[in-house]
Amino acid sequence: MNFWRAIAAAALLATTPALLAGEIPPDARRSGYSFMGPDTRAMQDDDTSNPGMLFVLDGEALWTKKSGSADKACADCHGDARSSMKGVAARYPAFDKALTRPVTLDQRINLCRSNHQQATPLPYESRDLLALSAFVAHQSRGAAITAGDDPQLKPFVEQGRDLFMQREGQLNLACTNCHDDNYNKRLAGAPITQGQPTGYPLYRLEWQTLGSLERRLRSCMTGVRAQAYDYGSPELVALELYLMSRARGLSVETPAVRP
Amino acid sequence: MQTTRRHFLSIAGGVAAAGTIPIVTLRPLQATPPMLTTAIRNVVGEAPVRTGRVKLDIPPLVENGNTVPMTVSVASPMTTDDYVKSIHVFNEKNPQPNIGNFYLGPSSGRAQISTRIRLADTQKVVAIARLSDDTFWQITTEIVVTLAACTEEMN
Amino acid sequence: MAALINVPAKGRRGDVIEIRTLTSHIMETGFRHTADGAPVPRDIITSFTCRYNGAEIFRADLFPAIAANPYLSFFTVAKESGKFEFEWTGDNGYSSSASASITVE
Repeated sequence: MNFWRAIAAAALLATTPALLAGEIPPDARRSGYSFMGPDTRAMQDDDTSNPGMLFVLDGEALWTKKSGSADKACADCHGDARSSMKGVAARYPAFDKALTRPVTLDQRINLCRSNHQQATPLPYESRDLLALSAFVAHQSRGAAITAGDDPQLKPFVEQGRDLFMQREGQLNLACTNCHDDNYNKRLAGAPITQGQPTGYPLYRLEWQTLGSLERRLRSCMTGVRAQAYDYGSPELVALELYLMSRARGLSVETPAVRP
Repeated sequence: MQTTRRHFLSIAGGVAAAGTIPIVTLRPLQATPPMLTTAIRNVVGEAPVRTGRVKLDIPPLVENGNTVPMTVSVASPMTTDDYVKSIHVFNEKNPQPNIGNFYLGPSSGRAQISTRIRLADTQKVVAIARLSDDTFWQITTEIVVTLAACTEEMN
Repeated sequence: MAALINVPAKGRRGDVIEIRTLTSHIMETGFRHTADGAPVPRDIITSFTCRYNGAEIFRADLFPAIAANPYLSFFTVAKESGKFEFEWTGDNGYSSSASASITVE
Protein backbone atom coordinates (compact mmCIF):
# COMPACT_ATOMS: atom_id res chain seq x y z
CA MET A 1 0.00 0.00 0.00
CA ASN A 2 2.63 2.44 1.11
CA PHE A 3 4.84 1.13 -1.66
CA TRP A 4 2.24 1.94 -4.34
CA ARG A 5 1.55 5.30 -2.86
CA ALA A 6 5.26 6.05 -3.02
CA ILE A 7 5.37 5.06 -6.69
CA ALA A 8 2.37 7.21 -7.43
CA ALA A 9 3.95 10.16 -5.69
CA ALA A 10 7.22 9.60 -7.51
CA ALA A 11 5.41 9.43 -10.85
CA LEU A 12 3.66 12.69 -10.11
CA LEU A 13 6.91 14.36 -9.18
CA ALA A 14 8.56 13.04 -12.31
CA THR A 15 5.94 14.23 -14.75
CA THR A 16 4.67 17.46 -13.28
CA PRO A 17 7.51 19.62 -12.03
CA ALA A 18 6.89 22.52 -14.43
CA LEU A 19 3.19 21.90 -14.87
CA LEU A 20 0.40 23.52 -12.97
CA ALA A 21 -2.82 21.69 -12.19
CA GLY A 22 -4.92 20.94 -15.25
CA GLU A 23 -2.20 21.64 -17.79
CA ILE A 24 -1.40 19.26 -20.62
CA PRO A 25 2.02 17.56 -20.26
CA PRO A 26 4.42 18.16 -23.19
CA ASP A 27 4.20 14.62 -24.58
CA ALA A 28 0.40 14.81 -24.71
CA ARG A 29 0.29 18.11 -26.59
CA ARG A 30 -1.37 17.76 -29.98
CA SER A 31 -1.89 20.17 -32.82
CA GLY A 32 -5.46 20.78 -33.98
CA TYR A 33 -4.32 19.02 -37.16
CA SER A 34 -4.54 15.66 -35.40
CA PHE A 35 -8.22 16.25 -34.63
CA MET A 36 -9.18 16.85 -38.27
CA GLY A 37 -10.56 14.47 -40.86
CA PRO A 38 -8.39 13.17 -43.72
CA ASP A 39 -9.84 15.58 -46.29
CA THR A 40 -9.07 18.71 -44.31
CA ARG A 41 -5.58 17.36 -43.56
CA ALA A 42 -5.01 16.76 -47.25
CA MET A 43 -6.05 20.36 -47.95
CA GLN A 44 -3.37 21.64 -45.55
CA ASP A 45 -0.66 19.19 -46.62
CA ASP A 46 -0.51 20.10 -50.29
CA ASP A 47 0.67 23.66 -50.87
CA THR A 48 -1.12 23.89 -54.20
CA SER A 49 -4.46 22.96 -52.60
CA ASN A 50 -3.98 24.90 -49.34
CA PRO A 51 -5.94 28.16 -49.76
CA GLY A 52 -3.79 29.76 -47.04
CA MET A 53 -0.91 29.67 -49.52
CA LEU A 54 -2.74 32.29 -51.63
CA PHE A 55 -2.18 34.70 -48.73
CA VAL A 56 1.44 33.63 -48.33
CA LEU A 57 1.97 34.50 -52.02
CA ASP A 58 0.34 37.90 -51.49
CA GLY A 59 2.59 38.44 -48.46
CA GLU A 60 5.66 37.55 -50.50
CA ALA A 61 4.74 40.30 -52.98
CA LEU A 62 4.15 42.79 -50.14
CA TRP A 63 7.52 41.92 -48.57
CA THR A 64 9.38 43.52 -51.47
CA LYS A 65 6.92 46.37 -52.08
CA LYS A 66 8.06 49.81 -50.96
CA SER A 67 5.67 51.46 -48.54
CA GLY A 68 5.30 54.64 -46.47
CA SER A 69 7.12 57.98 -46.69
CA ALA A 70 10.48 56.27 -46.01
CA ASP A 71 9.89 54.47 -49.33
CA LYS A 72 11.24 51.23 -47.90
CA ALA A 73 10.15 47.65 -48.28
CA CYS A 74 10.45 44.98 -45.58
CA ALA A 75 13.13 43.40 -47.76
CA ASP A 76 15.23 46.60 -47.75
CA CYS A 77 16.05 45.98 -44.08
CA HIS A 78 15.40 42.26 -43.66
CA GLY A 79 16.59 40.93 -47.01
CA ASP A 80 15.50 37.45 -48.00
CA ALA A 81 12.76 36.41 -45.60
CA ARG A 82 13.63 32.77 -46.19
CA SER A 83 16.70 33.23 -44.02
CA SER A 84 15.99 36.41 -42.00
CA MET A 85 12.50 35.37 -40.86
CA LYS A 86 13.24 31.70 -40.33
CA GLY A 87 12.13 30.67 -36.83
CA VAL A 88 10.97 34.17 -35.90
CA ALA A 89 7.24 33.39 -35.61
CA ALA A 90 8.03 30.44 -33.31
CA ARG A 91 9.24 33.01 -30.73
CA TYR A 92 6.25 35.39 -30.95
CA PRO A 93 4.68 37.16 -29.08
CA ALA A 94 8.11 38.53 -28.07
CA PHE A 95 9.21 41.10 -25.52
CA ASP A 96 9.68 44.62 -26.88
CA LYS A 97 12.26 46.52 -24.85
CA ALA A 98 11.02 49.99 -25.81
CA LEU A 99 7.41 49.19 -24.96
CA THR A 100 8.38 46.93 -22.00
CA ARG A 101 5.64 44.48 -22.95
CA PRO A 102 5.11 41.58 -25.37
CA VAL A 103 4.06 42.32 -28.94
CA THR A 104 2.44 39.92 -31.41
CA LEU A 105 3.79 39.32 -34.90
CA ASP A 106 0.99 41.50 -36.29
CA GLN A 107 2.00 44.29 -33.90
CA ARG A 108 5.68 43.85 -34.80
CA ILE A 109 4.82 44.28 -38.48
CA ASN A 110 2.90 47.45 -37.69
CA LEU A 111 5.70 48.75 -35.43
CA CYS A 112 8.06 48.25 -38.35
CA ARG A 113 5.65 50.11 -40.57
CA SER A 114 5.37 53.13 -38.27
CA ASN A 115 9.00 53.23 -37.04
CA HIS A 116 10.94 52.27 -40.15
CA GLN A 117 8.68 52.69 -43.15
CA GLN A 118 6.77 55.74 -41.86
CA ALA A 119 3.65 54.03 -43.08
CA THR A 120 0.20 53.83 -41.52
CA PRO A 121 -0.43 50.65 -39.51
CA LEU A 122 -2.44 47.96 -41.29
CA PRO A 123 -5.82 47.28 -39.66
CA TYR A 124 -6.22 44.02 -37.74
CA GLU A 125 -7.58 41.21 -39.96
CA SER A 126 -6.95 43.27 -43.10
CA ARG A 127 -5.85 41.18 -46.06
CA ASP A 128 -2.43 42.85 -46.22
CA LEU A 129 -1.65 42.34 -42.53
CA LEU A 130 -2.77 38.70 -42.65
CA ALA A 131 -0.78 38.15 -45.84
CA LEU A 132 2.44 39.63 -44.41
CA SER A 133 1.97 37.79 -41.15
CA ALA A 134 1.32 34.51 -42.99
CA PHE A 135 4.36 35.01 -45.20
CA VAL A 136 6.62 35.71 -42.21
CA ALA A 137 5.20 32.86 -40.11
CA HIS A 138 5.43 30.48 -43.08
CA GLN A 139 9.22 30.86 -42.95
CA SER A 140 9.06 29.11 -39.54
CA ARG A 141 7.03 26.14 -40.77
CA GLY A 142 8.37 23.06 -39.01
CA ALA A 143 10.21 25.06 -36.33
CA ALA A 144 9.46 24.15 -32.70
CA ILE A 145 7.52 26.79 -30.79
CA THR A 146 9.61 28.45 -28.05
CA ALA A 147 7.53 31.59 -27.36
CA GLY A 148 7.51 32.64 -23.72
CA ASP A 149 11.02 31.37 -22.92
CA ASP A 150 12.32 34.93 -22.43
CA PRO A 151 12.32 35.52 -18.62
CA GLN A 152 11.12 39.10 -19.14
CA LEU A 153 7.84 37.62 -20.42
CA LYS A 154 7.12 35.66 -17.25
CA PRO A 155 4.54 38.04 -15.71
CA PHE A 156 2.73 38.28 -19.06
CA VAL A 157 2.62 34.50 -19.50
CA GLU A 158 1.15 34.30 -16.01
CA GLN A 159 -1.42 36.96 -16.85
CA GLY A 160 -2.40 34.97 -19.95
CA ARG A 161 -2.62 31.78 -17.93
CA ASP A 162 -4.90 33.47 -15.39
CA LEU A 163 -7.16 34.62 -18.22
CA PHE A 164 -7.16 31.09 -19.66
CA MET A 165 -8.26 29.68 -16.29
CA GLN A 166 -10.81 32.38 -15.54
CA ARG A 167 -14.50 31.62 -16.07
CA GLU A 168 -16.29 34.23 -18.12
CA GLY A 169 -19.45 35.02 -20.03
CA GLN A 170 -23.07 33.99 -19.53
CA LEU A 171 -22.04 30.34 -19.99
CA ASN A 172 -19.49 30.84 -17.21
CA LEU A 173 -16.80 28.82 -18.97
CA ALA A 174 -13.04 29.22 -18.93
CA CYS A 175 -10.83 28.24 -21.87
CA THR A 176 -9.40 25.46 -19.67
CA ASN A 177 -12.82 23.86 -19.15
CA CYS A 178 -12.91 22.81 -22.80
CA HIS A 179 -9.29 22.80 -23.96
CA ASP A 180 -7.53 21.24 -20.93
CA ASP A 181 -10.30 19.21 -19.32
CA ASN A 182 -12.37 17.99 -22.25
CA TYR A 183 -10.28 17.79 -25.39
CA ASN A 184 -10.89 14.67 -27.47
CA LYS A 185 -14.59 14.85 -26.63
CA ARG A 186 -17.12 16.34 -29.00
CA LEU A 187 -19.26 19.44 -28.85
CA ALA A 188 -22.24 19.43 -31.22
CA GLY A 189 -20.50 16.96 -33.53
CA ALA A 190 -17.21 18.85 -33.69
CA PRO A 191 -14.13 17.59 -31.86
CA ILE A 192 -12.88 19.70 -28.96
CA THR A 193 -9.18 20.36 -29.55
CA GLN A 194 -6.48 21.38 -27.13
CA GLY A 195 -6.54 24.89 -28.60
CA GLN A 196 -2.89 24.79 -29.64
CA PRO A 197 -2.14 27.85 -31.82
CA THR A 198 0.31 26.09 -34.13
CA GLY A 199 -0.76 27.36 -37.54
CA TYR A 200 -1.81 31.01 -37.31
CA PRO A 201 -2.70 32.93 -39.25
CA LEU A 202 -4.70 30.00 -40.59
CA TYR A 203 -7.36 29.26 -43.17
CA ARG A 204 -10.60 28.35 -41.45
CA LEU A 205 -13.17 26.58 -43.62
CA GLU A 206 -15.88 28.28 -41.58
CA TRP A 207 -14.42 31.75 -42.27
CA GLN A 208 -13.51 30.85 -45.87
CA THR A 209 -10.52 33.09 -45.40
CA LEU A 210 -7.33 33.46 -43.40
CA GLY A 211 -7.67 34.76 -39.85
CA SER A 212 -5.56 35.54 -36.81
CA LEU A 213 -5.41 33.80 -33.43
CA GLU A 214 -7.01 36.93 -31.98
CA ARG A 215 -10.00 36.48 -34.29
CA ARG A 216 -10.30 32.87 -33.11
CA LEU A 217 -10.03 33.89 -29.44
CA ARG A 218 -12.63 36.59 -29.88
CA SER A 219 -14.98 34.12 -31.52
CA CYS A 220 -14.53 31.70 -28.57
CA MET A 221 -15.35 34.55 -26.18
CA THR A 222 -18.47 35.43 -28.12
CA GLY A 223 -19.28 31.70 -28.03
CA VAL A 224 -19.37 31.65 -24.24
CA ARG A 225 -21.39 34.89 -24.34
CA ALA A 226 -18.59 37.03 -22.96
CA GLN A 227 -17.57 40.49 -24.11
CA ALA A 228 -14.56 39.84 -26.37
CA TYR A 229 -11.39 41.84 -25.72
CA ASP A 230 -10.40 44.30 -28.44
CA TYR A 231 -7.83 43.37 -31.08
CA GLY A 232 -4.37 44.18 -29.78
CA SER A 233 -5.54 44.58 -26.18
CA PRO A 234 -3.06 43.55 -23.45
CA GLU A 235 -5.42 40.71 -22.47
CA LEU A 236 -5.50 39.15 -25.96
CA VAL A 237 -1.73 39.52 -26.31
CA ALA A 238 -1.23 37.85 -22.91
CA LEU A 239 -3.59 35.01 -23.88
CA GLU A 240 -1.81 34.57 -27.20
CA LEU A 241 1.53 34.48 -25.37
CA TYR A 242 0.29 31.93 -22.82
CA LEU A 243 -1.19 29.76 -25.58
CA MET A 244 2.07 29.81 -27.53
CA SER A 245 4.08 28.94 -24.40
CA ARG A 246 1.54 26.18 -23.70
CA ALA A 247 2.27 24.81 -27.20
CA ARG A 248 6.02 24.75 -26.51
CA GLY A 249 7.73 22.15 -28.66
CA LEU A 250 4.94 21.76 -31.21
CA SER A 251 5.78 22.69 -34.81
CA VAL A 252 4.67 25.84 -36.58
CA GLU A 253 2.29 24.88 -39.43
CA THR A 254 1.43 28.27 -40.94
CA PRO A 255 -0.70 28.46 -42.94
CA ALA A 256 -2.73 25.70 -41.29
CA VAL A 257 -6.21 24.71 -42.45
CA ARG A 258 -8.90 24.10 -39.83
CA PRO A 259 -12.62 23.32 -40.05
CA MET B 1 -49.26 2.48 -34.27
CA GLN B 2 -51.79 0.51 -36.25
CA THR B 3 -54.19 2.47 -38.36
CA THR B 4 -57.61 1.71 -36.96
CA ARG B 5 -60.63 1.68 -39.21
CA ARG B 6 -61.98 4.73 -37.40
CA HIS B 7 -58.70 6.54 -37.99
CA PHE B 8 -58.69 5.57 -41.66
CA LEU B 9 -62.24 6.84 -42.11
CA SER B 10 -61.39 10.14 -40.57
CA ILE B 11 -58.46 10.56 -42.97
CA ALA B 12 -60.67 9.59 -45.90
CA GLY B 13 -63.31 11.99 -44.68
CA GLY B 14 -60.77 14.78 -44.55
CA VAL B 15 -59.78 14.18 -48.11
CA ALA B 16 -63.41 14.08 -49.23
CA ALA B 17 -64.13 17.30 -47.40
CA ALA B 18 -61.26 19.06 -49.08
CA GLY B 19 -62.61 17.83 -52.39
CA THR B 20 -59.18 17.01 -53.83
CA ILE B 21 -56.86 14.05 -53.72
CA PRO B 22 -53.65 15.12 -51.99
CA ILE B 23 -51.24 13.86 -54.65
CA VAL B 24 -48.43 16.09 -53.46
CA THR B 25 -48.25 14.41 -50.08
CA LEU B 26 -48.16 11.01 -51.73
CA ARG B 27 -45.01 11.53 -53.77
CA PRO B 28 -42.31 8.93 -53.25
CA LEU B 29 -39.90 9.33 -50.37
CA GLN B 30 -36.92 10.08 -52.64
CA ALA B 31 -38.74 12.65 -54.73
CA THR B 32 -36.74 15.71 -55.69
CA PRO B 33 -38.02 19.16 -54.77
CA PRO B 34 -39.33 21.25 -57.67
CA MET B 35 -36.35 23.64 -57.86
CA LEU B 36 -33.89 20.79 -58.11
CA THR B 37 -36.05 19.03 -60.71
CA THR B 38 -36.27 22.20 -62.79
CA ALA B 39 -32.52 22.76 -62.63
CA ILE B 40 -31.88 19.20 -63.76
CA ARG B 41 -34.48 19.45 -66.57
CA ASN B 42 -32.77 22.64 -67.78
CA VAL B 43 -29.68 20.52 -68.44
CA VAL B 44 -31.06 17.18 -69.58
CA GLY B 45 -34.29 18.32 -71.22
CA GLU B 46 -36.71 15.43 -71.56
CA ALA B 47 -33.99 12.80 -71.87
CA PRO B 48 -34.12 9.95 -69.38
CA VAL B 49 -31.44 9.99 -66.69
CA ARG B 50 -30.14 6.56 -65.73
CA THR B 51 -28.46 5.72 -62.47
CA GLY B 52 -24.88 4.48 -62.70
CA ARG B 53 -21.44 5.12 -64.20
CA VAL B 54 -20.99 8.27 -62.09
CA LYS B 55 -19.12 8.31 -58.80
CA LEU B 56 -19.39 11.15 -56.28
CA ASP B 57 -16.80 11.41 -53.52
CA ILE B 58 -17.64 13.70 -50.62
CA PRO B 59 -16.52 13.01 -47.03
CA PRO B 60 -19.38 11.09 -45.38
CA LEU B 61 -19.31 13.51 -42.47
CA VAL B 62 -18.53 17.04 -43.54
CA GLU B 63 -16.47 19.06 -41.04
CA ASN B 64 -17.68 22.43 -42.25
CA GLY B 65 -20.39 23.04 -44.84
CA ASN B 66 -18.68 26.20 -46.09
CA THR B 67 -15.86 24.30 -47.80
CA VAL B 68 -16.62 20.71 -48.75
CA PRO B 69 -14.15 18.82 -50.98
CA MET B 70 -15.93 16.99 -53.79
CA THR B 71 -14.73 14.72 -56.60
CA VAL B 72 -16.91 13.46 -59.46
CA SER B 73 -15.65 10.74 -61.75
CA VAL B 74 -17.34 8.88 -64.61
CA ALA B 75 -16.55 5.41 -65.89
CA SER B 76 -15.64 6.17 -69.52
CA PRO B 77 -12.85 5.11 -71.90
CA MET B 78 -12.49 8.80 -72.95
CA THR B 79 -11.82 7.95 -76.60
CA THR B 80 -12.80 10.10 -79.58
CA ASP B 81 -16.05 8.18 -80.03
CA ASP B 82 -16.90 7.40 -76.40
CA TYR B 83 -16.27 10.16 -73.90
CA VAL B 84 -17.89 12.37 -71.30
CA LYS B 85 -19.07 15.73 -72.64
CA SER B 86 -20.01 17.32 -69.37
CA ILE B 87 -20.61 16.83 -65.65
CA HIS B 88 -23.33 18.76 -63.82
CA VAL B 89 -23.65 18.92 -60.05
CA PHE B 90 -26.78 19.95 -58.14
CA ASN B 91 -27.91 20.21 -54.55
CA GLU B 92 -31.24 20.04 -52.82
CA LYS B 93 -31.30 22.60 -50.01
CA ASN B 94 -28.96 25.50 -50.79
CA PRO B 95 -30.76 28.68 -51.85
CA GLN B 96 -29.94 27.75 -55.47
CA PRO B 97 -29.88 24.20 -56.88
CA ASN B 98 -26.86 24.52 -59.20
CA ILE B 99 -23.33 23.87 -57.99
CA GLY B 100 -21.31 23.71 -61.19
CA ASN B 101 -21.15 22.58 -64.83
CA PHE B 102 -17.88 21.10 -66.05
CA TYR B 103 -17.18 20.60 -69.76
CA LEU B 104 -14.72 17.91 -70.81
CA GLY B 105 -13.73 16.24 -74.06
CA PRO B 106 -11.90 13.21 -75.43
CA SER B 107 -8.59 15.02 -74.78
CA SER B 108 -9.35 15.04 -71.05
CA GLY B 109 -8.03 11.49 -70.80
CA ARG B 110 -9.86 10.92 -67.55
CA ALA B 111 -13.42 11.94 -66.71
CA GLN B 112 -12.80 13.30 -63.25
CA ILE B 113 -13.11 16.75 -61.67
CA SER B 114 -12.63 18.02 -58.12
CA THR B 115 -13.69 21.23 -56.47
CA ARG B 116 -14.87 22.56 -53.09
CA ILE B 117 -18.50 23.34 -52.52
CA ARG B 118 -20.86 24.90 -50.00
CA LEU B 119 -23.62 22.85 -48.42
CA ALA B 120 -26.01 24.81 -46.25
CA ASP B 121 -27.38 21.72 -44.53
CA THR B 122 -27.51 17.95 -44.57
CA GLN B 123 -28.89 17.22 -48.01
CA LYS B 124 -28.78 15.34 -51.29
CA VAL B 125 -26.17 16.10 -53.92
CA VAL B 126 -26.82 14.94 -57.48
CA ALA B 127 -24.11 14.53 -60.13
CA ILE B 128 -25.14 13.96 -63.75
CA ALA B 129 -22.86 13.11 -66.67
CA ARG B 130 -23.66 13.68 -70.31
CA LEU B 131 -21.86 11.20 -72.53
CA SER B 132 -20.87 11.62 -76.19
CA ASP B 133 -23.92 9.61 -77.26
CA ASP B 134 -26.08 12.17 -75.39
CA THR B 135 -27.21 9.71 -72.73
CA PHE B 136 -27.37 10.98 -69.15
CA TRP B 137 -26.17 9.10 -66.06
CA GLN B 138 -26.49 10.12 -62.47
CA ILE B 139 -25.71 9.43 -58.86
CA THR B 140 -27.42 10.86 -55.80
CA THR B 141 -25.69 10.97 -52.44
CA GLU B 142 -26.98 12.09 -49.06
CA ILE B 143 -24.39 14.26 -47.33
CA VAL B 144 -24.42 14.85 -43.58
CA VAL B 145 -23.21 18.33 -42.65
CA THR B 146 -22.29 18.78 -39.01
CA LEU B 147 -22.59 22.28 -37.70
CA ALA B 148 -19.52 23.61 -35.93
CA ALA B 149 -20.08 24.11 -32.22
CA CYS B 150 -18.57 27.57 -31.97
CA THR B 151 -19.42 29.45 -35.13
CA GLU B 152 -18.83 33.11 -35.51
CA GLU B 153 -21.81 35.34 -36.00
CA MET B 154 -21.74 36.91 -39.42
CA ASN B 155 -19.93 40.19 -39.29
CA MET C 1 -4.47 38.53 -55.75
CA ALA C 2 -2.71 35.28 -56.18
CA ALA C 3 -3.42 32.06 -58.03
CA LEU C 4 -1.81 28.69 -57.44
CA ILE C 5 -1.37 26.43 -60.46
CA ASN C 6 -0.12 22.87 -60.33
CA VAL C 7 0.85 21.42 -63.70
CA PRO C 8 3.62 18.83 -64.00
CA ALA C 9 6.70 20.49 -65.51
CA LYS C 10 7.42 17.41 -67.61
CA GLY C 11 5.39 14.59 -69.09
CA ARG C 12 5.57 11.82 -71.63
CA ARG C 13 3.42 12.05 -74.73
CA GLY C 14 0.10 10.36 -74.04
CA ASP C 15 0.30 10.66 -70.25
CA VAL C 16 -2.91 11.66 -68.53
CA ILE C 17 -1.92 14.57 -66.27
CA GLU C 18 -3.78 16.31 -63.47
CA ILE C 19 -4.08 20.09 -63.45
CA ARG C 20 -4.98 21.85 -60.20
CA THR C 21 -5.86 25.51 -59.85
CA LEU C 22 -6.67 27.64 -56.83
CA THR C 23 -7.46 31.33 -57.07
CA SER C 24 -8.28 34.13 -54.64
CA HIS C 25 -11.94 35.16 -54.71
CA ILE C 26 -14.53 35.72 -51.97
CA MET C 27 -17.38 34.06 -53.94
CA GLU C 28 -20.00 36.20 -52.20
CA THR C 29 -23.25 34.27 -52.69
CA GLY C 30 -25.72 37.16 -52.89
CA PHE C 31 -27.87 35.33 -50.33
CA ARG C 32 -26.32 36.92 -47.24
CA HIS C 33 -27.30 40.02 -45.33
CA THR C 34 -25.33 42.47 -43.21
CA ALA C 35 -26.09 42.91 -39.51
CA ASP C 36 -28.38 45.81 -40.51
CA GLY C 37 -30.35 43.54 -42.84
CA ALA C 38 -29.04 44.97 -46.10
CA PRO C 39 -28.45 42.30 -48.76
CA VAL C 40 -24.79 41.70 -49.70
CA PRO C 41 -24.73 41.71 -53.51
CA ARG C 42 -23.54 38.63 -55.36
CA ASP C 43 -19.88 38.69 -56.40
CA ILE C 44 -18.69 35.38 -57.79
CA ILE C 45 -16.53 33.89 -60.49
CA THR C 46 -18.97 32.53 -63.06
CA SER C 47 -16.65 30.91 -65.56
CA PHE C 48 -13.28 29.19 -65.74
CA THR C 49 -11.48 28.16 -68.93
CA CYS C 50 -8.27 26.25 -69.56
CA ARG C 51 -6.57 26.35 -72.95
CA TYR C 52 -3.69 24.11 -74.02
CA ASN C 53 -1.64 25.75 -76.77
CA GLY C 54 -4.69 27.82 -77.66
CA ALA C 55 -7.29 25.03 -77.74
CA GLU C 56 -9.92 24.87 -74.98
CA ILE C 57 -9.54 21.62 -73.03
CA PHE C 58 -11.71 22.36 -70.00
CA ARG C 59 -14.38 24.84 -69.01
CA ALA C 60 -16.58 25.26 -65.95
CA ASP C 61 -19.64 27.32 -65.01
CA LEU C 62 -19.48 28.21 -61.32
CA PHE C 63 -22.41 29.08 -59.06
CA PRO C 64 -22.64 30.57 -55.54
CA ALA C 65 -22.37 27.02 -54.13
CA ILE C 66 -18.68 26.94 -55.06
CA ALA C 67 -16.61 27.72 -51.95
CA ALA C 68 -14.52 30.90 -51.60
CA ASN C 69 -11.09 30.79 -53.26
CA PRO C 70 -12.27 28.35 -55.96
CA TYR C 71 -10.30 25.15 -56.35
CA LEU C 72 -10.55 23.09 -59.53
CA SER C 73 -8.81 19.91 -60.53
CA PHE C 74 -9.19 18.19 -63.90
CA PHE C 75 -7.23 16.04 -66.33
CA THR C 76 -5.82 16.23 -69.82
CA VAL C 77 -3.64 14.16 -72.13
CA ALA C 78 -0.09 15.52 -72.53
CA LYS C 79 0.20 15.95 -76.30
CA GLU C 80 2.97 18.41 -76.93
CA SER C 81 5.21 20.89 -75.14
CA GLY C 82 3.66 24.27 -74.65
CA LYS C 83 1.54 26.43 -72.50
CA PHE C 84 -1.61 26.12 -70.44
CA GLU C 85 -3.59 29.31 -70.07
CA PHE C 86 -6.17 29.74 -67.33
CA GLU C 87 -8.85 32.38 -67.21
CA TRP C 88 -11.41 33.21 -64.53
CA THR C 89 -14.24 35.65 -65.25
CA GLY C 90 -17.11 36.77 -63.06
CA ASP C 91 -19.45 39.41 -61.68
CA ASN C 92 -18.60 43.12 -61.84
CA GLY C 93 -16.32 42.59 -64.83
CA TYR C 94 -13.97 40.33 -62.88
CA SER C 95 -11.22 38.75 -64.94
CA SER C 96 -7.92 37.17 -64.03
CA SER C 97 -5.53 34.83 -65.75
CA ALA C 98 -2.50 32.66 -65.19
CA SER C 99 -0.36 30.31 -67.23
CA ALA C 100 1.96 27.34 -66.83
CA SER C 101 4.19 25.48 -69.23
CA ILE C 102 4.92 21.82 -69.78
CA THR C 103 7.65 19.94 -71.60
CA VAL C 104 6.39 16.79 -73.32
CA GLU C 105 8.90 14.20 -74.45
